[in-house]
Amino acid sequence: MSAAEEVVTEAPAVEAVPKRAMTLGLGTSLVVLAALVIGPLFVKNFIIFQMTQILYLGLAVLALNILTGGSGQFSLGQSAFYAVGAYTSAVLMEYAGMNYVLTLPIAAVICFAFGFIFGQPALRLSGVYLALATFALAVAMPQLLKLHFVEHWTGGVQGLVVTKPDAPFGLPMSQDMWLYYFTLVITIGIYIASINLLRSRSGRAFMAIRDNEIAASAMGINVALYKTLAFGVSAAITGVAGGLGAIAVQFVAPDSFTINLAIQLFLGMVVGGVGWLPGSIVGSAFIIFVPNIAESISKGLSGAVFGVLLFLVIFLVPHGARQVAMIAQQLLGKLKKN
Amino acid sequence: MPASRWTAAFGAAVAAFVFTSGTALAQKKYDTGATDTEIKVGHIVPYSGPASAYGIIGKTEEAFFKMINDNGGINGRKIKFISYDDAYSPPKAVEQVRKLVESDEVLVVFNPLGTPSNTAIQKYLNSKKVPQLFVATGATKWNDPQHFPWTIGWQPSYQSEGRIYAKYLMKEKPDAKVAVLYQNDDFGKDYLKGLKDGFGAKASMIVAEESYEISEPTIDNHIVKLKASGADVLISITTPKFAAQTIKKMAEIDWKALQIVANVSTSVGAVMRPAGFENGQGVLSAHYAKDAGDAQWHDDPGIKKFLAFLDKYYPDADRHNSQVIYGYGAAQTLTKMLEMCGDDLTRANIMKQAASLKDFATDTLLPGIKMNTSATDFAPIEQLQMMRFKGEKWDMFGDVISGEVGH
Repeated sequence: MSAAEEVVTEAPAVEAVPKRAMTLGLGTSLVVLAALVIGPLFVKNFIIFQMTQILYLGLAVLALNILTGGSGQFSLGQSAFYAVGAYTSAVLMEYAGMNYVLTLPIAAVICFAFGFIFGQPALRLSGVYLALATFALAVAMPQLLKLHFVEHWTGGVQGLVVTKPDAPFGLPMSQDMWLYYFTLVITIGIYIASINLLRSRSGRAFMAIRDNEIAASAMGINVALYKTLAFGVSAAITGVAGGLGAIAVQFVAPDSFTINLAIQLFLGMVVGGVGWLPGSIVGSAFIIFVPNIAESISKGLSGAVFGVLLFLVIFLVPHGARQVAMIAQQLLGKLKKN
Repeated sequence: MPASRWTAAFGAAVAAFVFTSGTALAQKKYDTGATDTEIKVGHIVPYSGPASAYGIIGKTEEAFFKMINDNGGINGRKIKFISYDDAYSPPKAVEQVRKLVESDEVLVVFNPLGTPSNTAIQKYLNSKKVPQLFVATGATKWNDPQHFPWTIGWQPSYQSEGRIYAKYLMKEKPDAKVAVLYQNDDFGKDYLKGLKDGFGAKASMIVAEESYEISEPTIDNHIVKLKASGADVLISITTPKFAAQTIKKMAEIDWKALQIVANVSTSVGAVMRPAGFENGQGVLSAHYAKDAGDAQWHDDPGIKKFLAFLDKYYPDADRHNSQVIYGYGAAQTLTKMLEMCGDDLTRANIMKQAASLKDFATDTLLPGIKMNTSATDFAPIEQLQMMRFKGEKWDMFGDVISGEVGH
């Protein structure tokens, strides 16, 4: 059996998701959007802060979803890109006095370059080997941030405190609420752009590579280019998420970006449904709220409780939120018929 | 005329009444989180993750407040201790502290642990004017009432400890040639600064400095280099693994210098035993709390109270674990401070009382060590006593030394 045959017969790493199944219907989207816009008006600042967290972590999960669900490449190193984005924003705001809005595109560009460069080894590795390579990146990142020659900028272990922006134009809303809407606009923008990307020629190329690399290259797709491009795009979006996270939390430190974060993002993607972009928000809500629920059940055994809850989710709905949404849709369809 | 005298008398009576009722009102003042029956205290500590060993502190404090409540509470008010897990992650710490302040509506945030987590929440708590009381970290920056009037430290800072070693050496060994090995991070640098400030004009006593990174597998080459400097004192500002390596390597290369090891690395189990007891004889350090496992304190009234507390409220605690002693001492400090607040449980008064501790000693502090704070001094414990490793344990010796960091 030749090497090529081996690759061909190997089952695809990620189940093929047709691109139509990647999004929500228009009606549902509008309902969700309305809830996201109106929701914060009725809740406490703390809840708004948590909703902001869901949005920017949702972005990071979305980025991983494009990489894994779209182009079929695994990554456990998303926390590294997230850290680079967060530090870029924090350093530019605190040392260069730059406006927080401007730091985000810069974070995106730097992370894109970083991801694109890191995508190079991805060309030689696939599946679990790629996951391991990116894992190494995630493990190294917190230590790299403490290195001597960057310490002056990153603040070493002490980290950097970031000033939280006020609402502009004298708008009568709290800092938290402003930041929420700001994050919401960026999230929606990136969400729409991502859907368009996956529906475009490049998106089809990603998915062709995911489904069968050899067939894709036979059809004239530049596999090397698109694989690294997927890494770049994913890193750029993660970088923006990191920047938003730094502004919302008002602090960056190496301890914020450990391998734990990368695993959480991976978890969020699986729970939300691999390849289903709206699931990113559900996955992000899962990684924020479920640990808190676990802690309220048992403080000493919070890890075990979390494990049980996660197991239940994976056991009952292996395709995550996507499956739940589909079941709901079917039920709704039946109701309409009756 | 009589009429006007009447009016005057009546007026005086009314005034007196208003005045007394006014003070009565002033006596009972509350901010969010305090009522006639309850005081809500917020707390975060890593119960999970890599630093979860510190979770013991939270459990001890919870048990301590249960004891306080069973004994009638503080001035008739029960303590509601709400403790969350931050997993030693700064973003999680921010989320949990915001939950405590905005959702649980606690009066104060007490004894949050870790320099990164405390840095992450400091700005938020100060802008909300919520007391960040008795933080569980050794960094010196918590003593900054001018910029952060709502944040106060507790344990001796690394700089205080550094100063104490300098003071000790200048007195006992004025012609010493000192070599310093330090960890290249905030902990090591804070310490080194204290040491140099302590030596002051005699900083030339330090003949060699070497720093190492936590990522280095071994620090043997640094020890060899320091030996070559001809120093006869080594100050080892190291974390446990490296402290043990240092003690061992010094014995191996037969470097007979007097060694002082940082207080964080004085664990018998984690440092002295792996380094070999025979290699660690005569090593010096300093401490501020009693060791419940040490026979010399068995008849000490404070330790007796501590052990009685553990028997009743936290029977499965390890009596030798220094975290248990720590949690007990911190919780006792908060209790004392809340007692001092009386019925004025406003956040402003809490900071005022926290800054008015006078010669207060918990059951767990070494005899002679007292907490003192003032409007310009937000560092409660600033004294330590020297100790020497002998046999398989540490012996305290000499007087209590103050390492006060001036401003």
